[in-house]
Amino acid sequence: MNGVFVSVGSMMPFDRLTRAMDEWAAANPDVAVEIQIGKGAHEPRHARWVRKLPLADYQARVQGCALFVAHCGMGSIISAIEAGKPILMLPRLADQGEHNNDHQLATARNIGVRPGLHVAVDADDLKRRASALLADAGGAPAPISRFADPAFTARIRAFIES
Amino acid sequence: MGKRVLAIASGGGHFIQLMRLQPAWAGHQVSVATVDPSTRSLAGDVPFHTFRDVSRADWWRIPAAALDIARILIAVRPQVIITTGALPGLIAVALARPFGVKSLWVDSIANSEVLSGSGGQAGRVCSQVVTQWPHLADGRVEHWGSVL
Repeated sequence: MNGVFVSVGSMMPFDRLTRAMDEWAAANPDVAVEIQIGKGAHEPRHARWVRKLPLADYQARVQGCALFVAHCGMGSIISAIEAGKPILMLPRLADQGEHNNDHQLATARNIGVRPGLHVAVDADDLKRRASALLADAGGAPAPISRFADPAFTARIRAFIES
Repeated sequence: MGKRVLAIASGGGHFIQLMRLQPAWAGHQVSVATVDPSTRSLAGDVPFHTFRDVSRADWWRIPAAALDIARILIAVRPQVIITTGALPGLIAVALARPFGVKSLWVDSIANSEVLSGSGGQAGRVCSQVVTQWPHLADGRVEHWGSVL
């Protein structure tokens, strides 16, 4: 396991996260940092970057990195939990034009409190926490099975068959 | 042979959540539709379709997405649609509804304090809307469980 993998999500630009982790990469030249920048306009100058990885490569990065940093999106969160990897997140904000509403703040409040999930309040906090978590990642997220709760999928099956 | 089921979602977390529901349609004739061809491996050995993505932020892409989704509906002829959103799932349900296709909207677990924008609209066109948060359930929107 080595390096930091960063994913900003695919829907809308999130340059605040890209910039913060590129600055962090500049301050930590010994650590390999790779950022999946999605539709962002800011191209990192210190970190390696890629627009979007195929799913298999994305999953391999999450599995193989020492620290996973991401927006506060469910794809990133579920990928981290399934990989048993701690995740550090910066929520997208509507007033910064980063999403159409502030549901990522709600996700941070309601899901980000689980063990192994960490939420930063702003770019400076993110950089501080990235350094701290790289030194000591703490506990991994509690493992989950590959599929949703069987009672939930049984209910959906009953709907399909009704 | 079971029912013809279309499981459809846009990319990222919407699709990851949809794939966590796979046991719900095991044994039925399911087809899966999403935006990213590289995510085919998650869907298993079932017919897999892709469409051009659209969201409220780039609403002018609705015609292209709707055309792709209409083609998928014609190919699959679903009896049931299951979607975890977002806007493309809503388009699929709206296009299929006049043909008597039954539909389930599973609102994303990301919507933990209010139902999503598309989820709010989904009540008008979907046969059933479910939230993944018990406190968001009301008379018409039910809570059946969550993907986590």
